[in-house]
Amino acid sequence: MSSSPLSIQSLTHRFEAGTVNEKLALDRLSLELPAGQFVTVLGSNGSGKTTLFNTILGKLIPDEGRILLDGEDITRQKDYKRALNIGCLYQNPLRGTAPDMTIEENLALAYTRKASRSFFAVNRRDNRYFRELLAGLDMGLENRMKTKMGLLSGGQRQAASLLMATIAQPKLLLLDEHTAALDPGAAEKVMHLTETIARRDHITTLMVTHDMDYALRVGSRTIMLDSGRIVMDLSGEERARMTSGALAELFYAKGKR
Amino acid sequence: MTMLNLLIAALSQGMLYAPMALGVFVTFRILKTPDLTVDGSFVFGMTVCAAVTIAGYPIAALLCGALADALAGLCTALLQTKARIEPILSGILVSTGLYTVNYAVLGGQSNLYLQREVINAQGAAVNESCPTVYRMFGKLVKPMGGLMKDANLQTLLLTLAIVAVLTALLAVFFFTRPGMAIRATGDNEEMVRSSSINADRMRTCGVMLANALVAFSGALLCHQQRYADMNCGNGMLVMGLASVIIGQVLGGRRGVVAGLLSAVGGSLLYRIVLQLAYRLDMPSYFVKLLSTLIVILALTLPRLRGAIAKRAKKEGARA
Repeated sequence: MSSSPLSIQSLTHRFEAGTVNEKLALDRLSLELPAGQFVTVLGSNGSGKTTLFNTILGKLIPDEGRILLDGEDITRQKDYKRALNIGCLYQNPLRGTAPDMTIEENLALAYTRKASRSFFAVNRRDNRYFRELLAGLDMGLENRMKTKMGLLSGGQRQAASLLMATIAQPKLLLLDEHTAALDPGAAEKVMHLTETIARRDHITTLMVTHDMDYALRVGSRTIMLDSGRIVMDLSGEERARMTSGALAELFYAKGKR
Repeated sequence: MTMLNLLIAALSQGMLYAPMALGVFVTFRILKTPDLTVDGSFVFGMTVCAAVTIAGYPIAALLCGALADALAGLCTALLQTKARIEPILSGILVSTGLYTVNYAVLGGQSNLYLQREVINAQGAAVNESCPTVYRMFGKLVKPMGGLMKDANLQTLLLTLAIVAVLTALLAVFFFTRPGMAIRATGDNEEMVRSSSINADRMRTCGVMLANALVAFSGALLCHQQRYADMNCGNGMLVMGLASVIIGQVLGGRRGVVAGLLSAVGGSLLYRIVLQLAYRLDMPSYFVKLLSTLIVILALTLPRLRGAIAKRAKKEGARA
């Protein structure tokens, strides 16, 4: 029995099986992530990244294979149940937050899964914790906790979403191009925060990116997906020697096939 | 009738329909999914309340009406979340089904007066009217004399007290964990699921709460008018929407507490507008058309205002 936080065992999924449009999105894909490892994921459109994420998140039940989270088989568990231990962030900053609710309410909701019991969702004890977390973002949001989330900029909302995804110390964090929609300054900031939080809380992380620099610079391992399989797995020495230019060439070579 | 009497009559009607407006507010503004169960569930609350009142339990009757409708709301919510039927269609289906249930509750007739047969001292069967909460309240305050003898004022005062408590309870509820989760479900359901909260369950709770509120309104009206009628629910959703929207025009879209208060205020103002329209010799069958026009106007107004502002800006830039 594997005890790694995330263990994916020969995951296979077909879309529109049995029709002429049949597409093999995941092809006996296996992946083991050791505790606390930060892995970047590359792959062209249609390579299976999103399908992989959706099966881990429970939005999609795979045809075959198993997904183990900390040794527990979650392959068929309801999405909201497994969300107890999985945080997720998408490209669109609007997806992770409720616009008509205040910043503190958003954080309180995300914290519900791990908060101790209280009558009111927003309370003084939790608020002190939220204020600390927001201050850590260095965006001045700790003084705007009663502001509606919808009034924040994309970068601020994504930073807040990041806090919400990690507020309950998940075992696994999934990032789907979470800085792609931000301006370069905000992207750099959110990426830095992501690394800091993942390292601080020792969260095992999978990050999809199309940025070759980030793919090599962030984390300690890089994998590349193609046609639903892992076609490259770089870490250690090999990864340190790789340049973003060489990686881009590899990427296009795989994509052309 | 003096103006004051008219005002009191309008306000007491507005108060009676206020819980319904609150219910519509919960689905339309908080869950952001209009619930079409309303027309049926208003009558359901009314019929169940009538049946239990005639059985001799007036206070329990109001609660039974609300609880029965929470079950109707459960049906709608299950159709939405488990059967994955469009929310609008789910409401229509349950509402239509309730028609039969309502008939059955009324004993196969289309209306029912709050009275029962008793044998009087002479041994003859006579109809005796059943006690209602309004009659009980009236007996209590009548000795005070003065304005308190006015039935409309009695209705207004008792309903005001009930609605005030109801609104306060709702306002508190929406800041508790489950209450906030219901609000978040309307705002961003995906985020609720990824916060490990069962969004379907939250939606179900919200729809049940909304229907209980609507039914409570029907139950109160049943006690006030002393009968239940199958036709009372027609166009109820549009009236509720009109109240919520009028309230929103007045109170803006600030927060959940302001929203609840303006739904109640909207219900009052809506009845005042109707009362004024009656004064101008508007026939009563015009109410539905008037309500529809109010809703359409209120829903298009923001867009219209935006278009006008844009045009003004363009003109300004040209000048």
